[in-house]
Amino acid sequence: MSIELRNVSKTFGDVNAVNNVSFSVQDGELMALLGPSGGGKTTVLRMIAGLEMPTSGDVLIRGRRVNDVPVQQRNIGFVFQNYALFKSMTVARNIAFGLKIKKWKKRDIESRVAELLQLFGLEGLDRRYPHQLSGGQRQRVAIARAMAPGPSVLLLDEPFGAVDAKIRQELREWLVTLHHDLNVTTIFVTHDQEEALEVANRIVIFSRGLLEQVGAPREVYEQPANEFVARFIGVMNVLEPVVEGGVARIGELEFPAHGQGDGQKLRIGFRPYAVQISSDLTHYRYHAVLRHTFFLGVLLRVELELPSGLIIRARMTKEEYSNQGLYDDCEVSFQIRQFRLLATDQAPLQPEEDLKYQVPPVIGDNI
Amino acid sequence: MAGHSQRNKIAAGKPSQRGAEESPFIKWLLIVIALGFSFVFLLLPLANVFVQALAKGWDYYWSSLAHPDSRAAIRLTLLVAGISVPLNVVFGLAAAWAIAKFQFRGKSLLITLIDLPFSVSPVVVGLMFLLLFGLQGFWGEWLATREIQIIFALPGIVLATVFITFPFVARELIPVMQATGTEQEQAALTLGASGWQTFWHVTLPSVKWGLLYGIILCNARAMGEFGAVSVVSGHITGLTDTMPLRVEKLYNEYNAPAAFAMASLLALLALLTLALKTFLEMKQAREFDRAQVAMPEVSDVGKQ
Repeated sequence: MSIELRNVSKTFGDVNAVNNVSFSVQDGELMALLGPSGGGKTTVLRMIAGLEMPTSGDVLIRGRRVNDVPVQQRNIGFVFQNYALFKSMTVARNIAFGLKIKKWKKRDIESRVAELLQLFGLEGLDRRYPHQLSGGQRQRVAIARAMAPGPSVLLLDEPFGAVDAKIRQELREWLVTLHHDLNVTTIFVTHDQEEALEVANRIVIFSRGLLEQVGAPREVYEQPANEFVARFIGVMNVLEPVVEGGVARIGELEFPAHGQGDGQKLRIGFRPYAVQISSDLTHYRYHAVLRHTFFLGVLLRVELELPSGLIIRARMTKEEYSNQGLYDDCEVSFQIRQFRLLATDQAPLQPEEDLKYQVPPVIGDNI
Repeated sequence: MAGHSQRNKIAAGKPSQRGAEESPFIKWLLIVIALGFSFVFLLLPLANVFVQALAKGWDYYWSSLAHPDSRAAIRLTLLVAGISVPLNVVFGLAAAWAIAKFQFRGKSLLITLIDLPFSVSPVVVGLMFLLLFGLQGFWGEWLATREIQIIFALPGIVLATVFITFPFVARELIPVMQATGTEQEQAALTLGASGWQTFWHVTLPSVKWGLLYGIILCNARAMGEFGAVSVVSGHITGLTDTMPLRVEKLYNEYNAPAAFAMASLLALLALLTLALKTFLEMKQAREFDRAQVAMPEVSDVGKQ
């Protein structure tokens, strides 16, 4: 076990930045700390690094309690959000800094710096100053500098925050490759769920200082621990039908009452991909008008407006869309294949269930 | 002369081109007025200092400077500057560090206090120390019984000079340090550097030009201070006369050439300060531009 947090809390004045958080990171993992801004994820990262002290609880690195170990002796590499390169030093001297501090021999430093310059695609830039580099180059220098002394864990604070969208995508792929090649335990902070899902092999989700869930990307997406996670990871339709005569209704939509009496309110959540759409109006039970189409690449997101005015978001592939001859403002029929019962107060989610009472599919296939 | 250094620097940073659009007559009129004024009130008196100093020839010039009392004054001035400038470098670094890198209550009060010496008349500063450490002063008796002499001696002159020159280093460093932030220092810590190594390798290089600039201004004022030092020094010839006090004394003794000879040294110091200041401003402006350069996002990751 590489890193472990046990019941760690951190308060700044009256603010509970981190509240009783426990999780562990295995050797060689690429872990994301994910959450909305102000969620406490950066504070957690800084406590692992030793840049902040936990108010209570323990931080362990390789089984050793490091609460009282100063940042210099934790053997971590830290990459700051804005890289924090030494402005008055060249690229080579930036990378060599940690080695000089550790009193490496001059020849060893030179060869290590040359090796890192090559590994990070920075050949020929060794005499440049940070202000002469592009954003992507700066980030690579920052990571090279952090990696130079051979840390046991690499910590990155919003590593893709300061570059534009195109480079961000390239950097994501690059970080995965780098992690694969160097195999050093890596923890990075992000507020971008897509980024976390794509890059990390495990994700820790925070909100307002609380740990919401730890799991693999697929796990947190398909089995969110609570409504916050369900809504934060990916898009979710959330409806609040009221039970009448044993059925929960909202607008035209009906859901099972789940044993609730008349007048009780339920919270129902379903993913856009659980909504099936057909241009054949007899195909599914409900009818709606297709209001907006958002192109996301291979997938499209569409907004359905029911006669009652209810809006539902659905997702389909481009082929599905064109095969069915759909267009904005056309009328469609649809069904909700799967949904969840959401608890009112962030309690664990019920597993997904299939909607049982449906008009049976008519002839013709439904892609 | 250096009281508003920070503001001047910002104003001087970006020359306006608008003047070129005015009518030529206005333009030339303004230039003539400005040049004429600087000539009559700045350049002419300065040139006069050197003319008067050399009125009786080089030999008299050198011999008046070589006079034991004059040499004592030069030595004392160098000593006072040599003590008070390093002291204010330490105070200034500490104050600027505290203001730029920490959040605490009473911060705005500290900033106001740093500016206090600029707003108090130097004579009042001298009196203040006289009333604290003088024989009839607050601690006078206590000091007298222990035979510790502060007023009319080196410690008093140093105290007054330190007070007067206190703002220079801190005022120069605060904006530079605020612009730099604390992330570079934190980065050094994560790379294993101790607090001292971080200060030496990261903090100091990033503020070096601002620091040098502050030191130069601090030094110029420390050597040239008259009012406060005049009150606390006691004007003991050959003992507590600094260069400015010596100039006054020689002049009052109707020894104008000797007074101007001494004054010419101070004037030379001023010219040197001005030259260094201009050079450092250029350096610093360049550093500042570097720090402020918008970060162009060149797509280059794919080129690996």
